[in-house]
Formats: sequence, structure tokens, C-alpha cells
Amino acid sequence: MEIDPFIFRLSIFILSIFVGYYVVWSVTPSLHTPLMSVTNAISSVIIVGAIIAGLANDTGSVFNNSSIFGFLAITLAAVNIFGGFLVTQRMLAMYKKKKKDKK
Amino acid sequence: MISANLSAIFYLISGVLFILALRGLSSPETSRQGNFFGILGMTIAITVTFLSLGNFSAGFIYVIIFLLAGGSVGAFIAYKIPMTAMPELVAGFHSLVGLAAVFVAIAAFLNPGAFNLGAPGNIKLGSLIEMSIGAAVGAITFSGSVIAFLKLQGIMSGSPITFKGQHPLNALILFSIIILIFLLCTSQSSNLFWTLLVVSFLIGFLLIIPIGGADMPVVISMLNSYSGWAAAGIGFTLENSALIITGALVGSSGAILSYIMCKGMNRSFFNVILGGWGATDQSSTNQNKEQKPVKSGNADDAAFLMKNASSVIIVPGYGMAVAQAQHALREMVDTLKKDGIKVSYAIHPVAGRMPGHMNVLLAEANVPYDEVFELEEINNDFANADVAFVIGANDVTNPVAKTDPQSPIYGMPVLDVEKCKSVLFVKRSLSPGYAGIDNDLFYKENTLMLFADAKKMTEDITKNL
Repeated sequence: MEIDPFIFRLSIFILSIFVGYYVVWSVTPSLHTPLMSVTNAISSVIIVGAIIAGLANDTGSVFNNSSIFGFLAITLAAVNIFGGFLVTQRMLAMYKKKKKDKK
Repeated sequence: MISANLSAIFYLISGVLFILALRGLSSPETSRQGNFFGILGMTIAITVTFLSLGNFSAGFIYVIIFLLAGGSVGAFIAYKIPMTAMPELVAGFHSLVGLAAVFVAIAAFLNPGAFNLGAPGNIKLGSLIEMSIGAAVGAITFSGSVIAFLKLQGIMSGSPITFKGQHPLNALILFSIIILIFLLCTSQSSNLFWTLLVVSFLIGFLLIIPIGGADMPVVISMLNSYSGWAAAGIGFTLENSALIITGALVGSSGAILSYIMCKGMNRSFFNVILGGWGATDQSSTNQNKEQKPVKSGNADDAAFLMKNASSVIIVPGYGMAVAQAQHALREMVDTLKKDGIKVSYAIHPVAGRMPGHMNVLLAEANVPYDEVFELEEINNDFANADVAFVIGANDVTNPVAKTDPQSPIYGMPVLDVEKCKSVLFVKRSLSPGYAGIDNDLFYKENTLMLFADAKKMTEDITKNL
């Protein structure tokens, strides 16, 4: 009997939860805010689904009732992707070590 | 156009890059590289999606336009936002992820053919379940984050909003969501799909209104987790491994953060979610409060104490963020350090309005991160320190958590500030903190209260040093 592809996706999902569990516990507490902003940015990879929806013009017109939702989702996800990564970068740039040369 | 197998491999690569992005955050040195991996992973995912669709017609132009429009708004916000507003920003971003998940689910429901899920009215059962779960969780994330945003921004009162029958009502609505998903999957009716969305928006709203301002660290982490599960739900629908991996990562990340925050308050997750804290205990402690003597001082006294100290520990809290006192604080510390005084910072896990809030503010004020310590790292040092400078923190220093089993915060890990030779407490008034209980520390013999705005007091002390 063949295994349903869903089971493979489920395996990826479960294993990723464990990967996430161990990776996130190793994040230093002082970087918890950047962790939140970067997880925010990467969860916007949902834009992949939005692009598929936006480009699905099988009726011939660019704007149909489903592609409009795709375009809206693209805009929202794009705000998050750019905003999330840039604000994370801005925060991380501020974390500096003590200057050893100056006493 | 590239083959489905090749694009699946690329999605896997971008999933791995996202794991590396989080992994980089294990230390500040590697974190910037981690963020770069994240950006790279996102670029790969988006590019591969375009290539696999192979559709560069008029629609493609619109996709780029919307992408750039959203992107420039995001970039603008990212550069303009002050660091003190980070909790609001993160809550706002969560709401966008939630809403995007809802929109993608709607698009997939209206045009399942585009996603290879069957035809309208005859969507594959598995996909429909995944889609409706993704949509429901996305909707809850959206409306919950909007409420969290409004509370953090101060547009909505930070105090818990409770009413009679709240919990039974919420339980009923959550139950009805499960029923709706079941009915939707058997009937494929679009009316049920819309009802499901409306009910999910409603429950997100109802779940967050009873939660108070200082519990926001838990709420934000929880919504972070939800946004991940929503993405994973959509990922299953789209059969996309990048989305599934990311959703699982973000979901577990948010869950761990909520756990850490709950532990920092010694409260169970359900206790926080059910809302309201300390409302019952106020009356009992109010009576004997007025009689106790309090020593209060001015900037001059504080400066004198600190000048004669050899080590000082700073305990920042939400009040520092409100007063935007972090830069003034660092200037004060610089002056102290010139006199050879050892200064370190002690951060309680739930200080501020989101995980790591204080660390970001101190980093913004150019405080080197190796002078900033977590609770467990520094708690033993208080006994050897001369002065503890508490600025804008309250409940997290209350010794009652260790001594009084009757207290609502009993068992909560606290900073052992009272073990210092002397304690300086910058606060506007004697009013109790969020937990609604009196802080014994105010009345200790070695405590000097400095009643003033945190920023102004810190500046005055610097002048007097």
C-alpha cells in the first residue's frame, strides 16, 4: 500500500517543531525581541500562497474575485517581510560588546 | 518554468535557511549573519514561486507592484519606529500575518483549481480541513493582535475587561468553531466558510480583551505562536514545505516564549489567558499601608550614595520604557564608571511589555550587552553590591514573592534587590504595581524612595555626581 503524501508533510511538520524547540531554547534571552520580529518576517513566507492566488487568472482577467484576495495578501505579507527583516537588522546592529581599548 | 520537484527542493532550502536564521540568534555575534540567511531564504522562496508558475503576463506586473508597495510601507515603518514602540510593532505585524493567512485561504476556497485542490464546491477533503484551520487560526491571530496592539498603544485601556459569563461564552464559541469546520467539510458550503471566519474574528477579540497590560509579554508570544500555526495550516493546503517548516518553527518559538514568560511570573498559561489578576487582594492590603514610614530622598542623596559605592546594579522595568529614560540612564552609568564604580544591569524575564524588551532598549542606548545579565546570572550578586538602582520596575523586586504564601505573586522568581546594602527606588508614587499588591521594599530601612519621573531623576543624579 502506498503512503499518502500527507504523511510526508506531516513528518516534516513534526520534525520541524522539534527543530524549532531546540533552536529556540538556544536563543539568548537578550535577543528575544529580535527573535519575535524575525519569526514575524519568516512566517510571511505565506506570500508564496498569495502569489499563486494572485497569478491565477484562468478566467482571462488579472483581477477576479480570488486573485484580488491574493493581491491583498501579497501587500500585507510584503509589509511584514520588509518591515520584519529590516527592523530586526536595525535592532541587531545595536547589540555591541564593551569596547576593550577604552577604559 | 521549473519542475515541481526542483521547486520543492528550493522550498526545502529556504526552510533550512530559516532554521539557520533562528539559530544565529543564539549569540549577538552570529545574529546578523542569521538575519541575512533569513532574507536569503525569503528571496529564494519568492523567486522559485515565480519560476514555477512561469506566468510573466500582466498579472506578474501587478504582483510586483503590490509587493513593492507593501515592501516600501514596511521598510518605512522599520526605519521610523522608535525602539520603545517595539511591542506595538510586533503586535501589528502579527495581525498582518494573520490577515494574510485568511486572505490566502479565501483565495484558495474561491479558486481551488489554481492550487490543485479540486473545483469550487468539490474541494479535496484534506485540503478543506487544512484550509479552514489555517483560516480560523489566522483570523484569531488577526483580531487578537489588533486588540493587543490597541492595548499596548494605549488607545484601549490596558486594564482587563471582564464580564459575567465570559468564559462559558468563549468556550461555546470555540466549540462552535469545531462544529463549523466539521459542517463545512461535509457540505462545502461557502456560507459556512464565511460564518467560520466571522466567528473566528470574534473569538480572537474576546480572548484578548480580559488580559491586562502587564500580561502582554505572554499574549504577544502566544499570538506569535498562533501566526506560525496559521502559516503551517496554509502550508499543508499548498503542499509547500517552506511554509510548513516555517510555521512549525514560528509556532514552537512563540510557544516557548509564552512558557518562559509564564514561568517568569509563576503563573500557568491558563491563568494568564483567563485574565484579570490581583483584583481581589487590594482591599486587604490597603488598610495598614498609610502608617508605614517611608524614607524619601532627592537626586543629591542618591548621587551621594552611588558615588560612595563600589558596585551598583541597575534594575530597569517598564517604567523606564515609558519615561524613555534609557539614554539618561546610560549617561549616569558612564559617569559612575569614570569613578571606577562597577555597574551591571539585572533584567527580569517579564520586565517590560514583551520578551527581551529591556535588552533592546539598553542596546539602543549603547549599553554593551555583556554588562546586561538575566535573573539567574546576577541574583547572587545583589548580596555583594552596594546600591541597587530600581528604575521603573516594581513587582519583579517584591520580596513578598518569597515570604508570604498568601500573596498572589508568591513563588514568582524575583530579583533579590533587598539584599543590597542600599536600594534606590525611582518611582512616581507609592502606588502598587500591576499585581495590585504593596511592595515591602518601599518600607525597608535601607530603601530610599526617589519620587520623580524616571528620566528627570536620572538626569538630576548625573548632574549631582
